[in-house]
Order: sequence, then C-alpha cells, then structure tokens
Amino acid sequence: MNLLKTIRVALNALARNKMRSFLTALGIIIGVGAVIAMVSIGQGAKNAVQERFQSMGTNLLFVRPGSRSFRGRQSGGGSYNNLTEADAAALLKADAVKTVSPSVNSRAQVVYGNKNWNTSIYGVGHSYPEIRNWDVEQGVFFTEGQVRSGQKVAVLGSEVSKNLFEGADPLGQIIRVKRIPFRVIGVMKERGESGGWFNQDDVILAPYTTVQNRLAGIDYIQSIDVSAVSMKRSDEATRQIEEILRIRHKIAPGAEDDFNVRNMSEIAESAAESTQILTNLLGGIALVSLLVGGIGIMNIMLVSVTERIREIGIRMSVGARERDILLQFLTEAIVLSFLGGLLGIAAGVFASRLLAKFGGWETLIVPGSIILAFIFSGSVGIFFGFYPARKASKLDPIEALHYE
Amino acid sequence: MENSNLIQLENISRTYKIGITEVRALKSVSYNIKHGDLVAIMGPSGSGKSTLMNILGCLDKPTGGKYFLEAQEVSTFDRNKLAGIRNKKIGFVFQNFNLLSRTTALENTELPLLYSNVPSKNTKEMAMKSLAQVGLAGRELHKTNQLSGGEQQRVAIARALVNNPTLLLADEPTGNLDTKTGNEIMEIFTRLNKEKKITIVLVTHDPEVAEFASRWLYLRDGDIVKQDNTGEKR
Repeated sequence: MNLLKTIRVALNALARNKMRSFLTALGIIIGVGAVIAMVSIGQGAKNAVQERFQSMGTNLLFVRPGSRSFRGRQSGGGSYNNLTEADAAALLKADAVKTVSPSVNSRAQVVYGNKNWNTSIYGVGHSYPEIRNWDVEQGVFFTEGQVRSGQKVAVLGSEVSKNLFEGADPLGQIIRVKRIPFRVIGVMKERGESGGWFNQDDVILAPYTTVQNRLAGIDYIQSIDVSAVSMKRSDEATRQIEEILRIRHKIAPGAEDDFNVRNMSEIAESAAESTQILTNLLGGIALVSLLVGGIGIMNIMLVSVTERIREIGIRMSVGARERDILLQFLTEAIVLSFLGGLLGIAAGVFASRLLAKFGGWETLIVPGSIILAFIFSGSVGIFFGFYPARKASKLDPIEALHYE
Repeated sequence: MENSNLIQLENISRTYKIGITEVRALKSVSYNIKHGDLVAIMGPSGSGKSTLMNILGCLDKPTGGKYFLEAQEVSTFDRNKLAGIRNKKIGFVFQNFNLLSRTTALENTELPLLYSNVPSKNTKEMAMKSLAQVGLAGRELHKTNQLSGGEQQRVAIARALVNNPTLLLADEPTGNLDTKTGNEIMEIFTRLNKEKKITIVLVTHDPEVAEFASRWLYLRDGDIVKQDNTGEKR
C-alpha cells in the first residue's frame, strides 16, 4: 500500500468519527494555541521594553555616585555626594563623549493661581533635550547662559502643563515652586507612560544651578547624563569616564570606584533578559499543556484501537500487512496533531489579538514560535501515536475478527 | 488447470495451548481440493471446521503438516507473506458479514484493493463491477447500516471477489439470514462457481446449504470422519 492510499484510508477513518477526531485534536489545538499566545505576550513585552529604551537614546550613559564604606559599614549606592559640576565639565574632554548634563532632582508642590500640583523638579543642563532625545513642543528650552546664571525659568512636562493650566497658554506665566517664582518658557512633547505607574510627562525641567541653589540647597550634583558620540563607542565612553573620574577623585590603583557608570545598552540588555525569562516561563508552561495534549492523543488512540479491533481484523483478513495497519494508525495520529497544530496556530493568533485588544497586553507573534509549535505538535503525534499503532498492528487477525 | 490441485493438505494439525493444557483442534487432516470445486465442510461445533477454515484462509498457520496453495508451501510463510496471499488469492465471506460500519458499500468493496498494487484510479471501477456481479448496482453509495442482511452479505461477496481470487472461503455465509435470502446467497455462490470457475469452500452445519456443494467433508474431533464426492449426503 503506498503512502497516498494510506493517507486516504486514515482521512476516511477520521472523517467517519468526526466528534472523536475533534476532541482528540482539541488537546493539541489548545496546546499549540497556548504556546503561540504566551510566547507572543513575552515577545510583545520584550519588544515594548526595547522600543522604550530606544526612544530614550541608546547612546545614553549615566554616572551616579557609588556606595561608600565607613569603618566597615557599607552604605547603599548613591550615598556619596561626591559628583560636582566640575566633574561633569571634565567629562567633555573625553573624545567619545558628545555632551553632558548634570542632574539634580527634587520634589515639590507647584502652584499656579488657585491650582497646585505635586511633581518632580529635574534640575538639568541645557543639552538635556538632545541627550534624552526629547524635544520641546512649545516655546524654547533654557540656554547655557540661563543655566550658568541660575535663572528661574522652567520647561513643563505635558502632564504638569495640563494639570496647572488646563489648556490655557502657559508660556510667560509665573509658577511658584516652594514659593520661588519660575517663568515658564516652554512645554515638552508628550512621551507617554513608562512601565504603567511612572509618568515621564509629570515633571518640570529647570536649570540645575537654580534647583541646587533655590530648591535643594546643595552644592553637589546627584548624577550626570552623558551622551556618547555613537552607540558603538558607548563602551569606550564608559572607560574614558571611569579614567577621568578616578583621577579627579584621587582613587588609588586597585581601590574601588566611588561612582558608577551605566550605559543604556547595558540597561536595555538586562531588561530584555528579564523579559526573555518571562517568555521562556510562559512558553514552558504552554509546552506542558501541549505535552498533555499529546498524551490525550495517545489515550484516545489506544481507546480507538480497542474499539476498532474488529475493523483491524477485517482489514487484515483482506490483506493488510502489519506495516499497513501501523502506518494507518500512525498517519491518523499525525494528521490529527497536524490539523490540531494548524487550528492551534489560528487559535493562538486569535487569542493574542484578543489579549492585545481587550487585555491591554502588547503582543508580538514571531514566526519562530509558530514553526516550533507546529514541529512540536507533529512530533507529539508521531511519538504518542506510535505505541497505539504498533499495538494495533500486532493483533492476531483471527482474534481481532471475532472480537466483540 | 481444471483438474489440478488448488489445495493440498498433508497431515495438517493445529494445537492450541491454553495455559498448560493443550487443545488439539485438528489432529491430522489430509485433503485435496481441485480448481473449480465447491466444497462444503460440515461437522458439529468443536469439530475443528473453523480452525481448518482459518488455515485454508491463511489467517492461521498449522502447527504440523504441510499446506500447499497453487503449489506454494504457504505453511512456511510469515505473517506479511500470508497477508499478501490473502489479498491476492483468497476472498472471505463471514457469517456476520464483517463490513466496516458507517462506510458505503463501495468503500467496503474497495478495501482489498487499497492493500494491493492496483492503481488508485482503477479501484472505484473494479469495485463497481464487483458490486454489479452480486446485483447491487445502484446501491453503491448506501452505507452498510442502510442495507438489509442479504444485501450486506452481497457486499461482503463483492468485496471477496474484487481482487479476482482463485479461492473463495465462506464461513456459515447464511447463518444470519432467513432461508429465502440464504438461498439467494447460495445461488450467487453456485453461479460464481459454474460461470467463473471460482473454487469455493464453505463451512456450514445446515444440510440444505450443503446441498449446493459438489463435494462434502465431515469433521469430528479434529479428524475427517467421512468424505463424499458423489452427491450423496451424510
């Protein structure tokens, strides 16, 4: 019996019992669907994280104070107050560094007229929009001169502008931060929420000198944002920054840095790594359900062999060889799992669309997961179909014919 | 061909082991069947006639003795070779029809061809012809459960004939049918025997059915007790 005839026989046998065939395939449908939907959630999350980091600028580096140890007691990171304006300025000497922006953060109640709003005040340098890849929507950003002279000017994030001005033109208006008047000279473009609870637009940007002197009352800076000349040279920039700061901070060779340099691609990588773990976890759980589906196929095939002993006997009596019976049942199992795989792919794609639309998840279907699920469902069919098929082929024709 | 031996049985024995006891279903049977014979095997239940039938049909192998079918010693063949013999040379008709359920008459008749070398495009036509021979033209697409007992047995005969076998084996072919339908079935057998020269061996305990045969063979306790070629019964 050739393969084409075998497939025909198997299809006929499946068609004769549509309900049972469907229920058998259901395990595979759900399994494959789950793999695709789950992996699409993981991939979607990974993609979203990567996109967000990209929008922040991939050649971005952060310098923060390190931890300090005093008589054996280790403080947490950022506990040093050892970064200064001069440090920031010195970094410009490194040839892999394009520009820098010192940063001093504060939080305060902001008042305009009879409205008030609690928000973050970021004291930054004039090159902040360039480094963060974030443009002004309306008005202008403050200049280098305004930073140097510590002018009381502010650029609003769109969320703050919305809450304080409610659609009115904020340009030229005076807002009060801790009773100190700031003139609004611009509004930033909307960036959207990041991570769900942290709104990047809920912020006021002001010259760091002004924030240092008027709001925070400190003479150091809390961190330095640096942009490397290119993404490729960000590792080089990291090394150069470390070199410069070690000399400036008089750190003996072999001693630990009292600052940290992190570049964005590192941070993006570790974030992508954690979402990859999520993907693997979800995919793993879904694979288990696919395996259960396979066992379901084996179960039904075994029952089906018992139920069809007479049929097998009849086939043998008219000349079916062991191989023919083996192939027929194996083909049935493979056809079921392949059809199940195809329907499962459709179900998975559908489910991931639903999740994206109604669940608010970001999902991304990668061809790899479809191919993997399909191949896996096929092998499940072969693996779990083989035992029942072999059992059927080894039946004795006489016993099978007289089986009631 | 007419007078040569189609089947030659030499001291055939068949012993079953059930636990530690041995059951000797056939003790020592020697018998020849010629091309074109219509043989009736008779005997009480437990006499070994079904066992003999299974061996003749290559469904079972003798534990002793030799079985030649068209001069081939089939008693030495393995499972797969026997399946090939069943497919090409032998057609079966059973008491309970043994048709595939929820399947059309045509599909049932095509079944042996699926396991043969016949190209797929010819199987339908051959099955149609075979069904026409047993008077079922026009009922090809009826499912087996829509057919009467007599019609089901005709489908079984059509299936047995589709591969043009040299030997047709019938195990109590009229056992589940009323007398009138049974006679119709037997008429088909005799017609096939006369017109197509197909050798037919049938097992029955019904003397009226046995009357259609030209030779008789009586079994008791695994041995031939009487054989008769004259046309006289019992």
